[in-house]
Amino acid sequence: MDFNFTEEQAMVRDGLSRLVREQYDWETRRSVVDSESGWRPEVWAQLAELGILGMPFSEADGGFGGGAVDAMVVMEEFGQGLVVEPFVPTVVCAGGFLKHSGTQAQKEEHIGGIVDGSRVFAFAYAEPQGRYDLADLTTTAKKDGDAYVLNGHKAVVVGAPWATHLVLTARTSGKQRDRDGISVFIIDKNADGVVCRDYPTVDGRRASEVYFENVAMSSDALIGEEGAALPVIERVVDEAIAAQCAEACGAMKVAHKMTVEYSRQRKQFGVPIGSFQVLQHRMVDMFTECEQSVSMSYLATLKLDASETERKRAVSAAKVRVGQAAQFVGQEAIQIHGGMGMTDELAIGSYFKRLTIFDSEFGNVDHHMKRHIGLNGG
Amino acid sequence: MNLEFTAEENAFRDEVRAFISDNYPAQLADFGMREDMSPEDMVAWHKVLGEKGWSVPAWPSEYGGTDWTPTQRYIWSEENARINAFMPLPFGVSMVGPVIYTFGNDEQKAQHLPGIRSGDVWWCQGYSEPGAGSDLASLKTTAVRDGDHYVINGQKTWTTLAQYADWGFFLCRTDPDAPKPQQGISFILVDMKTLGVEVRPIKLIDGGYEVNETWLTDVRVPVENLVGEENKGWTYAKFLLAHERSGIAGVARSKRGVEKLREIAGAEMLHGEPLINDFDFARKVSQLEIDLAALEITELRTLAGEQQGKGPGPESSILKIKGTEIQQRLTELTLEAVGPYGAPQYASISGEGSNEYPIGPEHAHHAASTYFNMRKTSIYGGSNEIQRNIITKMILGL
Repeated sequence: MDFNFTEEQAMVRDGLSRLVREQYDWETRRSVVDSESGWRPEVWAQLAELGILGMPFSEADGGFGGGAVDAMVVMEEFGQGLVVEPFVPTVVCAGGFLKHSGTQAQKEEHIGGIVDGSRVFAFAYAEPQGRYDLADLTTTAKKDGDAYVLNGHKAVVVGAPWATHLVLTARTSGKQRDRDGISVFIIDKNADGVVCRDYPTVDGRRASEVYFENVAMSSDALIGEEGAALPVIERVVDEAIAAQCAEACGAMKVAHKMTVEYSRQRKQFGVPIGSFQVLQHRMVDMFTECEQSVSMSYLATLKLDASETERKRAVSAAKVRVGQAAQFVGQEAIQIHGGMGMTDELAIGSYFKRLTIFDSEFGNVDHHMKRHIGLNGG
Repeated sequence: MNLEFTAEENAFRDEVRAFISDNYPAQLADFGMREDMSPEDMVAWHKVLGEKGWSVPAWPSEYGGTDWTPTQRYIWSEENARINAFMPLPFGVSMVGPVIYTFGNDEQKAQHLPGIRSGDVWWCQGYSEPGAGSDLASLKTTAVRDGDHYVINGQKTWTTLAQYADWGFFLCRTDPDAPKPQQGISFILVDMKTLGVEVRPIKLIDGGYEVNETWLTDVRVPVENLVGEENKGWTYAKFLLAHERSGIAGVARSKRGVEKLREIAGAEMLHGEPLINDFDFARKVSQLEIDLAALEITELRTLAGEQQGKGPGPESSILKIKGTEIQQRLTELTLEAVGPYGAPQYASISGEGSNEYPIGPEHAHHAASTYFNMRKTSIYGGSNEIQRNIITKMILGL
C-alpha cells in the first residue's frame, strides 16, 4: 500500500497550483465566465505547454505515460480554482475512448491534437429522456453502405461551445434501452447537420443542446466495435467520475477554508463567530466530509483498473459519498457565511454552485446507490 | 500510489491467519463481546497471545512489541476481526502500558509490563468522576503526601470491569492550589486490593455490569507508585487518550459486522422475500458500507503517515467520530433487521442448555442489548463532541 505521490506528480501539482493561483484568481475567473466565449484558449495552450493535456497518454501515443492518479492530481487543483477549461471531456473522455478502443490510425489522427491543445472535445452521451441511463438512447446511427447517418438530440453537452470535435454515443441497432447495439463515434463539430444551441450553466461553464440532422459519418468515425460499446462507455464514464470526484475534493477544501477564514473575521455579539461552538462543530463536520471524500477519490481512482465489478462498486461508492459531502459542505459554507454567502460578490457562492451541479453529472447519489446495491448480488 | 499488499505482507497474512485458526479458543469463536461473558473468557485469547509474544504488537520491541509495520498491524486486526475475536482489553495493553514504558522508571517497567503482556494482571482506568466527565480536568479525587505514602480520597466512576481488576491507574489532584486545573494532577498506580478501595457495579441499560463506581477512602499508596513527575499527570493522560483513539475506528470489526448484517437480512423475510432484497433496507446497508469504505481509506492514510514517522495526530479524532458512528449504525440496522424479535428480554429467559423451546432466531438474541451497549462508544474515550473540540483547536485553529 502506498499513498505517496511520485516526484513528478508532486511537481505537476505544484506547477498547476501556481498557475491556478496566478491566473485563476477570483476576479479573473469571474470576468472570463462572464465573457462572450466563457473560457480562455490561452490557458488551454498553457496547459498543453506544461504537458498537462498529454499526461495520461502513453509515450507511444505521443503522451507522457501517466495514468489515472495523474488526472486526479490535475483535477484536484482545477477544483481548487474552479477551472472551467474542458479537461475531463477532452483528455479523460475522448482520450479514454481512444486509448481503450481506438485504432492506431484513430490515435494518430486525434491524440496529437489533444496533446498540443488544438483539438478540444465534448462528450455527448446524455439524452433528455435518458436521465442517467447510459444505454437509454434514441440517437441513431444508421448504416448507409460504408458510412453512417446520424440523427438525434444530446442534452447538456458540457464544453460543446468550445469543442472542435464531439465524441458521442448512438444506437446502431436494438431497442431504446437495450444494452447491446450501442456505438461510439468521433465527429468534427463543424460537420454538416450538427446544430448546437449554446448556453451557460449555473456553475460557470458552457454547454449545448446538440442536434444531429442526417449527419454523414464515414466508417473511420466509429471508435471500437459496432454495437458493443456499452462496457467501454461505462468504463470511460467511471474514469470521468473519478476525475470529477477529485475536482469536487479540491472545491470542497477551498470552500471549507474560506468558511473557517470568514468565521475568524466576521464579528457578532462582539466576538468572531468562529468562537461559537455550534459553528465550530459544523466546520469540523465539513472538514471530516472533505477528508472522507479525499479517501473516496483515492479509492475510485486506484480501482479504475480493477475487475469490472470492483471498479463499479468503488466508483459508485465514491460518487455517492462525494455527492453527499459536496452538498453538505456547499450548504454549510453558505449558511456560515450568512447573508454575505447569498451575495454574488463573494467567491463562496461559485464554489457552492459547482459543488451542487457535481451531483447531476454522470449519475447522481440515487443512481449510484442503486448501482452499488445491484452489485451486491441481492 | 496503490492499494496493493506486498508479497511479504500477504505471506504475513497467511501466517497470522494460520496461527489464529490453530490457537483461538474454540468456545469463543465468532462470539464477540457479550454481556454474559466470564472474566476467564475475556482474557483467554490475551493469554495465548502473551505466550506467543503477540499480545502487545504496537509496543517498542525492547518492551515486548513485535516490530510489525503499521500495515502488518492492520492485517493482524483484520484477521482477528474475521472470526470476531475478543481481543486483549485495552486498559493494560494500549492505555497504562504505553504510559509506563514512556514515562515510568525502570522499577515500574520491571514490575508491571510483564503482567500486562501475559494477561495475568488485570488493569482498570480511574479517570472520570461523577462531577468530571468531558471536563476531566475538574476532577476532585485527592492524593495527599504522608511520609512515604500518598493518601487517596475520592470517587471515580465508569471504571470498566474494575470488579475483576488487580491494579488501577488513577488521576488524582496532588496540588489543589495550582493556577490551572490541568496542573496539579498526578498519575498514580493503585493495587485494587489496598484497604479503602471499594468497587460497586453499575447496572447499565443493556442489563450488563461492565462499569463501576470506585470509592477510595484513605487509601495508602507507596510514593513509588507515582508515574513520572508529581503534578504532570495531565500530560500523561492526554498521551494515553491519543493512543486510545488510534485503534478506535474498529474498521476491521465493522467490516465483519456488515457481513453478519447481510447474513441476518438474508435470513429475515419480508413479503415472502429476504429482507436484503427490500430496496429501502438494502439502501441503508449500502450507505453503511460506503461510509465504512471511506473510513477504511482514511485509516489507511493515517497508518501510511505513521509508517513515515508521523504520530497519530488530531486526525485520529476523525477516526474516533466516524468509527463509532458506524459501529452504532451497524447495531441499529441489526436491531431493525431482526424486527419484532428484538423485543424479548433474553437475559431473563432460560439460558442456553435449557430444555425450553428457544424464542426467536439465535441472531436476534443479542441485537437489542448490543445496540443499547454501543451507545457508549460516542460517549467514552473523549465524547464525540470533545473530539470536535480537539479538531477545532488543532486543525481549524479556532
